[in-house]
Amino acid sequence: MPTSFIPTAADLLRLSPDIVLTAGGALMMVIEPLTGAARKARMAAIAVLLIAAAMALSVMAYSDPGTSFSGMLVVDGFSTFFRILVYGCGLLTVLMSVDYFKRERGSESGEYYALIVFSLVGQSLMASANELVLLFIGLEISSIAGYIMAGYLRDDKRNNESALKYFLLGSFATAFMLYGVAWIYGLTGSTNLDTVRRAILGGAMEQSGQMLMIATALMFVGFAFKISAAPFHVWAPDVYQGAPAPVAAFLSAGAKAAAFAMLVRVAASAFFPLSAKWEMLLWATALATMIVGNFAALRQSNIKRMLAYSSVAHAGYILVAVTAHSEVGIAAVMFYLASYVLMTIGVFAVVTLVASKGERFVEIDDFSGLVQRQPMLAIALTIFLFSLIGIPLTGGFFAKFYVFKAALDSNLTWLTILGLLNSAAAAFYYLRVLVVMYMKPAAEGAGPVDPAGIGIKAAIVASAVGTLYLGVYPSAVLDFAGKAAQLVK
Amino acid sequence: MLDTMFFYMFALLAVAGAILTITMRSAVHCAISLIASLAGVAGLYLLQKAEFLFAVQLVLYIGGIMVLFLFVIMLVNLDSAAKERQFHRRWAGGAVAAVLAGASALWLLSKGAPSFGSPVAQAAPSPDGNVEQLADLLFRQYLVPFELASLLLLVAIVGSVLMAKKRTS
Repeated sequence: MPTSFIPTAADLLRLSPDIVLTAGGALMMVIEPLTGAARKARMAAIAVLLIAAAMALSVMAYSDPGTSFSGMLVVDGFSTFFRILVYGCGLLTVLMSVDYFKRERGSESGEYYALIVFSLVGQSLMASANELVLLFIGLEISSIAGYIMAGYLRDDKRNNESALKYFLLGSFATAFMLYGVAWIYGLTGSTNLDTVRRAILGGAMEQSGQMLMIATALMFVGFAFKISAAPFHVWAPDVYQGAPAPVAAFLSAGAKAAAFAMLVRVAASAFFPLSAKWEMLLWATALATMIVGNFAALRQSNIKRMLAYSSVAHAGYILVAVTAHSEVGIAAVMFYLASYVLMTIGVFAVVTLVASKGERFVEIDDFSGLVQRQPMLAIALTIFLFSLIGIPLTGGFFAKFYVFKAALDSNLTWLTILGLLNSAAAAFYYLRVLVVMYMKPAAEGAGPVDPAGIGIKAAIVASAVGTLYLGVYPSAVLDFAGKAAQLVK
Repeated sequence: MLDTMFFYMFALLAVAGAILTITMRSAVHCAISLIASLAGVAGLYLLQKAEFLFAVQLVLYIGGIMVLFLFVIMLVNLDSAAKERQFHRRWAGGAVAAVLAGASALWLLSKGAPSFGSPVAQAAPSPDGNVEQLADLLFRQYLVPFELASLLLLVAIVGSVLMAKKRTS
């Protein structure tokens, strides 16, 4: 226990991205009412600056890795990677949201950007917490901000449905996780991940193996909900379909990446000694998630709903790498999430544009003839869909490659074969969009796609460039992920 | 012996109150049952010698938050909502799920019974008072989560204001 109340400089540096975002977000709330209605776009600029500052600070903090605030928080390669990833996701979401609310409601509002910033604090804590209590608080900050953002257009019935479902089911799942944390505390006398690991290694396993299984099972329910793994995925289609398209992008990319960071950290540190017992369950969950996601996506006609099921399926592929329980597996999770975030944000940005005011055009058939109407947009969407399928030269190819390689290294042959079959089946529903886009003439009612604002253009270009970069030069990110994965324990 | 008796009494109060909270139809009755449940939990805190938590539970939850709940319920007209058909009453499915979950929990608990009362699970008694210990933990070891809990509340407040504020158009 520290003797002083004054945190050291190293402590503060390691927490500094979160401090900057918290203070900046609170400041945004203060100046929001003072900004004229015509100048609300400034709030987006402030959010972009804040997130960029947080990114820079997390890189600086990485120069001196270690734990801070008596083991609450850990800054290592893993947490830095996920911090940058969720900040990047937040940045792209801010960019693609500019003009969205003006289009939908006639006015922009600053609270939305403040909520994104707050949510990023939560997600960055989920990635860097070394303590179950802090993990829970980070998860709740991120989730509650997500519930609000999902229902941000509160006069829209679809938004209301989405927010209410997300809130009720999400709170229920969090309660499970919290109950599990309470059990862990009761069994090991600590909520610190290192201490829990030592307690499990030092006899808690023999003494109360069954109790530990209940505790971890309860926590797993909470995690599985947040990563939308089957059978806890049922909320995802309704929430993503109903939420504003930029919010759906944020929830399915950033929130999911942070939830995976949390799951991997807990599984690789505190509960590593239990990994053999958990392999069967993870194996089954990974397979079920892939099958449910892919086969449900095949039957969707609404593109947002299809993407929701596809994000469930992608959670399944990532779970395959988690099941591998190895450093290669952790590195594969990291790489997969990096490319997944880019392609998901990109595809949702294109959907946001095509959907037009009131999100009228969200059926797959509404994409017909897109290549004649908006050739550049069609090319961007092609890149993202190729990456989601996993075609070479895009990030999605190497992501799947490393996941299945990690699974093979850990002798998960059957899971690899079934996963590959699944990704072949998945190609159908992505290709269907491509066929509609290139082969079918534009429908009668389809008007011209609104001219894209500078923000959303930047988001699409950045995601496309990132997706191609990961597909052509995967080694830079992969090397970093490999190094970072060794330190997670 | 007396402790055990009190434990079961408070536990019964907490569980019965919780069950009534989710089964009663009238919102006022639900709130009152929740008060009973919270009082039962407060009693459990007292049995664990967590006097500070006991006092906070009484003053904040029962005294403050629940009274506020009751005020809101009385101010908002909930009669029409209570007359609506309730579509969540799926007793058969609920009973099966409860029995399955209860049975598996009982089985695991009976298998894990030896770990109760293990040395790790019991906190060392401290010469300091209850409040001092809590302050020490909150403001030293758990300083960051404690501060960030205020951010959590801020986000929740922002959300409720956004959802509830007047429509301008």
